[in-house]
Amino acid sequence: MSTIQMPVPDAGIIARKPQIVAALREVLPEDAVISDPTETRAYECDALTAYRCPPLAVVLPRTTDEVAAAMRICHDMGVPVVPRGAGTSLAGGALPTADSVVIATLRLREVLEIDTMNRFVRVQTGVTNLSVSAELAPLGFFYAPDPSSQLACTIAGNIAMNSGGAHCLKYGVTTNNLLGVRMVLASGEIVEIGGPLPGAAGLDLLGLICGSEGQLGIVTEATLRILPRPEGARPMLIGFDSAEVAGECVARIIRSGLLPVAIEYMDDVCLRAVEGFARAGYPDCAAVLIVEVEGSEAEIAEQTERIRAIAAALHPVEFRSSRNDDESLAIWKGRKSAFGAMGRLGDYLCLDGTVPVSKLPFTLRRIGELSREHGLEVANVFHAGDGNMHPLILFDANTPGDLERAEAFGRDILRLCVEVGGCLTGEHGVGIEKRDLMSAQYGPDDMAIQMEVKSALDPRWLLNPAKVFPLDVSQPWREGAAR
Amino acid sequence: MMAPASEAELAALVADHHGRAAPLWLAGGGTRLRLPQAATLSTRALSGVVTYEPGELTLIARAGTPLAEIEALLASQGQALAFEPMDHRAILGTTGEPTIGGVVAANVSGPRRVLAGACRDHLLGVRFVDGRGRVIRNGGRVMKNVTGMDLGRLVAGSFGTLAVLTEVALKILPLAEAQETLAFPGLDAAQAVALFSAALATPFEVSGAAFHAGTTWLRIEGLAAQVAYRRARLTALLHDHTPEVLDADASRTLWQGLRDVAHFAGKGALWRILVKPTDAPATVAALARLGGNASLDWGGGLIWYRGPGEPAQVRQAAGAGLAMLLRPSGDTPPLFPAEPPGVAAISAALRRTFDPAGILNPGLMEG
Repeated sequence: MSTIQMPVPDAGIIARKPQIVAALREVLPEDAVISDPTETRAYECDALTAYRCPPLAVVLPRTTDEVAAAMRICHDMGVPVVPRGAGTSLAGGALPTADSVVIATLRLREVLEIDTMNRFVRVQTGVTNLSVSAELAPLGFFYAPDPSSQLACTIAGNIAMNSGGAHCLKYGVTTNNLLGVRMVLASGEIVEIGGPLPGAAGLDLLGLICGSEGQLGIVTEATLRILPRPEGARPMLIGFDSAEVAGECVARIIRSGLLPVAIEYMDDVCLRAVEGFARAGYPDCAAVLIVEVEGSEAEIAEQTERIRAIAAALHPVEFRSSRNDDESLAIWKGRKSAFGAMGRLGDYLCLDGTVPVSKLPFTLRRIGELSREHGLEVANVFHAGDGNMHPLILFDANTPGDLERAEAFGRDILRLCVEVGGCLTGEHGVGIEKRDLMSAQYGPDDMAIQMEVKSALDPRWLLNPAKVFPLDVSQPWREGAAR
Repeated sequence: MMAPASEAELAALVADHHGRAAPLWLAGGGTRLRLPQAATLSTRALSGVVTYEPGELTLIARAGTPLAEIEALLASQGQALAFEPMDHRAILGTTGEPTIGGVVAANVSGPRRVLAGACRDHLLGVRFVDGRGRVIRNGGRVMKNVTGMDLGRLVAGSFGTLAVLTEVALKILPLAEAQETLAFPGLDAAQAVALFSAALATPFEVSGAAFHAGTTWLRIEGLAAQVAYRRARLTALLHDHTPEVLDADASRTLWQGLRDVAHFAGKGALWRILVKPTDAPATVAALARLGGNASLDWGGGLIWYRGPGEPAQVRQAAGAGLAMLLRPSGDTPPLFPAEPPGVAAISAALRRTFDPAGILNPGLMEG
């Protein structure tokens, strides 16, 4: 029995399933509506697999108009809608309820326009993150945000969660690379916001929409900023025998005026798991940094030399810089296989808090103490340049009570992140996973105004209603507004 | 002029005005908008840097902190606000000190926006007082944060029509070690935009792309060795034209002038027009037919137009672009571009949410 609750589904809506499905079928193609319980089960969860619930029905539209038609019906019949991209959310952002209709963007797969003169691409939002960059590669451009699920995750999900990735230190996250959207509101109305111009009239609605976790609308088309591909990139690996010193090295690199595209951190637990799995040849030490720099060969050499000098002053146990593509792959191999390697050790919860970079050493030490208190092992692998931590808590899903213990440990870690000046989630989103911790970071008024904003765009609270805000806090809004 | 000395005092003052539905005109240092003096609420007394962590690239400052104070502090550590906010005093003929709150409230961004993004892209968190007088916190001080809705970006660029900013947290970046500018004389706007598109499609991180009075400029920044390399590569790529090279000092002076639009200082209507860069040449030609002069920034995405023309005529010349009358010729308020109807309805609903009595800079952003 897991600890995160969902509201009791509305029996009245469930009883009206035949009418709801019939209404959807009337306006949508035959294959766009799924209602058979054996088929809707494929949509019962996202990547937070501990929580599952098949929806009432699933809609798979191919056009914005079909999304709008489905939304209008759900709105008119008072049915909650759970938007879904590829279902890779680690926070339960796409978890359905039994009384909800899932509207997925998977079949919205067209790349509509590539404009290298004005440096943007316009896509339907069911395209995957990686396929956008793949389309652009022959033209010498790329789309910067690169979440680790980029092979599967969609642009719609990236916009909903304001996804990041390993290269945010230099290129920012989704909100910094989003120029415009076509969005379907809860009412079914279609709006166009922004576009290829460097700014929009009026308020910065894009900033509000990006990261709103499907609470304000469903984005069906997006205009994205594209960037010229760098001439080259090379990583270096730096091993330290102390987590503190590794943290100090990160701060000194940043202070030096260099701006690496990525600074990744792996601790000893993670390093041992990775060595057992991928045999990446990493040193056996307390912490490894992988620092990647970009540019021409000469520019890379210059930056690498400067970082070597900074690291040398801190006496690393190992410094290895890549001289060719094979060596680059070898250095990245362990980091890229970290989550798979951890999976071999057992089940894990992947957290996502961010802390100020200067608080990294303290936070790591405190996580170690909490690990002993909770009796569960934790591995740390994260984007150190921006303080976005991903502690992986190891547990055994088959041991009764273990998931609950892991979740309790996770909550302690996230509270710690907030206490040291950070936040609950750096790139995965709140979803249901961190929903009930929101009051650790935000006061009543801070949350009230966010819920008022949701009400302004979704007065009946039909879009992803049981997410982001603690259930007891959102209850009056959900119940009062909708009926 | 009201200038409360604490956030709590400011909140009480706004709550009082909310209760009476009495309008408030917001100002930072008063350098941008000429407002009716009577009900002006200034944040200038909420001043001072709260936290500056060079190793974290973060700065937190109260809204009324003078921009100059922040820039000097950052420069002492070899860092800067990468979005290079412009100073409006030259074009608006105002006095006073630009404040960081004013910069964020108007999303003020300079030439480096073409590479580094706008002010709002560097915003990490805010504290503000909404139109009912509630003190609200959103975002934080860390670079990656997706906890809850992003209200900071919504308030940034809302020109004080949603809330009164009291504190902002910003991402800071290292100041480039070296810079140069390539100046290409004797080009027209169409040639300039072609040059911009070619240069901005390279990986050489061109950090400024502007055009005025027949000269096109490209700024290159980075490590010293990088700047030399990038100059050589760009010069070879753009070999149809022969540039002059401006050294670091000349480059800095040039871009400060371009940033502040010093070439259009003084009086007379001044428009700020956003376009798709490849639409810029046609727009510039249409504006020339109205009888004024235009310059380009942001690789052609931003047109400054000084000259005659009724608003309807300038908007027609702007085509699909967005035209804002930043400096009217007479004693009227600035004129914002109108939002499309669907968007305007959302904005109106959000304004009612943040400011139910409609007291904060009422009507300012209406097109």
